[in-house]
Amino acid sequence: MKYIALIYYDPAAAPQSGSKMNEEYFAFTRRAMEAGVMKGGDALHPPATATVVRTRHGKVETMDGPFAETKEQLGGYYVFDCADLDEAIRWVADIPGAKIGAIEVRPLVVFE
Amino acid sequence: MIGAALARFMTDDRGRCLAALAAEFRDLDLAEEALSAAVETALEAWPCDGTPEHPRGWILAVARRRAIDRLRRQARGREVLAQHAILAGTGDDTVSEIPDARLGLIFACCHPALDAKSRVALTLRTLGGLTTGEIARAFLDREAAMGQRLTRAKTKIREARIPFAVPGPEDWDVRLESVLRVLYLIFNEGYSRTEGAAPLRIDLCEEAIWLGRMLRQLRPDEPEILGLLALMLSVHARRHARFGPDGAVIALDRQDPRRWDGPARHEAETLLDEALRLGRPGPCQIKAAISCLHMQSAPGAADWRQIVLLYDSLLRHEPTPVVRLNRAAALCELGALREAEAELATLAEALEGYQPFHALRADIAARRGDTAAARASYARAIGMAGTSAERDFLRKRSEALPEAETFSGEKSQPQEKKAETKLGPSPTGR
Repeated sequence: MKYIALIYYDPAAAPQSGSKMNEEYFAFTRRAMEAGVMKGGDALHPPATATVVRTRHGKVETMDGPFAETKEQLGGYYVFDCADLDEAIRWVADIPGAKIGAIEVRPLVVFE
Repeated sequence: MIGAALARFMTDDRGRCLAALAAEFRDLDLAEEALSAAVETALEAWPCDGTPEHPRGWILAVARRRAIDRLRRQARGREVLAQHAILAGTGDDTVSEIPDARLGLIFACCHPALDAKSRVALTLRTLGGLTTGEIARAFLDREAAMGQRLTRAKTKIREARIPFAVPGPEDWDVRLESVLRVLYLIFNEGYSRTEGAAPLRIDLCEEAIWLGRMLRQLRPDEPEILGLLALMLSVHARRHARFGPDGAVIALDRQDPRRWDGPARHEAETLLDEALRLGRPGPCQIKAAISCLHMQSAPGAADWRQIVLLYDSLLRHEPTPVVRLNRAAALCELGALREAEAELATLAEALEGYQPFHALRADIAARRGDTAAARASYARAIGMAGTSAERDFLRKRSEALPEAETFSGEKSQPQEKKAETKLGPSPTGR
């Protein structure tokens, strides 16, 4: 069963390069890969670099930035392959960002 | 005869079979549907063919075949079907013993990934065997809304794959706490239902106690389960003494001990002893100890020093404003008014909208002889009272205040009500 872990955090608290949290991320990612649980994952550039796209009546509308003015923004994600939600939660709880933000876990749809 | 066999199945074995099916197919909806179809089949078949030798095995086998049939018709079930293809041919109806998977089912229903009210509803539905309508009435919800809630929860269990499994040691404490909380919410819902609502076929207090007994049977060596059961039984033992003939609440140390349920009280004390002997204290055991201690002293002579100490240790497990308020109430009873007041001052922000906070503030003011302040605080508490029994209790206390600003010396005990009803979180935020 694949789960996506969407990592939300306050961009002001984003891990800087060379920071302790970055090292923790590297260590965590390595551990998840070695355990065969990790199926993907990326860090995202900050919300200020985002573009929102909609197609309405055949016309493409392009807008700046994320539309939600929330403090916590999507900062990155992992995809894990786990036996069940409990195993997924155990991995997600170890994502370094869980200590400063919040992580939403969702099962991925399997198209047969 | 057939009816009796089926009735016995419904009370004794329904939860067991549902748990077995849910664990096997990882789908509560499918398990429920298959089980009720199997019971219907039994209703038709048993009168003609006679009651089978192993009714439980018979029903489980029919239900299993039914579930596999339904999965065959759905693309979704492919993976599960592969695992069950072998079983399909051999639905064994001669088995009298099935492994008890109910503990796994409880942990799934009380999973923290589900919202609190859904956990309660799902537990009552699957393990208590209550109908959706009964649960809706118990929580003053519309049946349709409750049905949707249950469906959403079952869908989440299936799609997010919440396991029907007993958590391992690393998750045990947190997950057990969630289960105990659900049982206590069910109990509290029954406890706080004192009037107004339509009478229920189900007594939620007894339902919660029944679930607690089942949990204990499945995990006999878990002290917090024993503690919760002791807590519920000790509170339940006082059910006939809690209200006066006029319907007003009677404070615990003014209750007539002869109206307490002796066997329930005795069982609570025995369970608590058993729990404490296991040497792993926890919040449920401490709450049970406080509740039992209240019943061990002569009316009006509770051991408040001991009760304050118990609240001190409860605070280490649950550092919540409500526990601190209850501790302040015990301090007040002990005569440590200054200390109680200092504690109240720090709680004002958190508990401003909480009736017992104002009742305690009134009590402290009254003991200090500040009748005007006491009256004002009682007025606020009365305005927040949830039931007329509480309202009448507070009104009586307010009316008993002396006219002049003199300290009457009369003992007052509004904190008892809190100690009894507010030991835990308030139920499901209705």
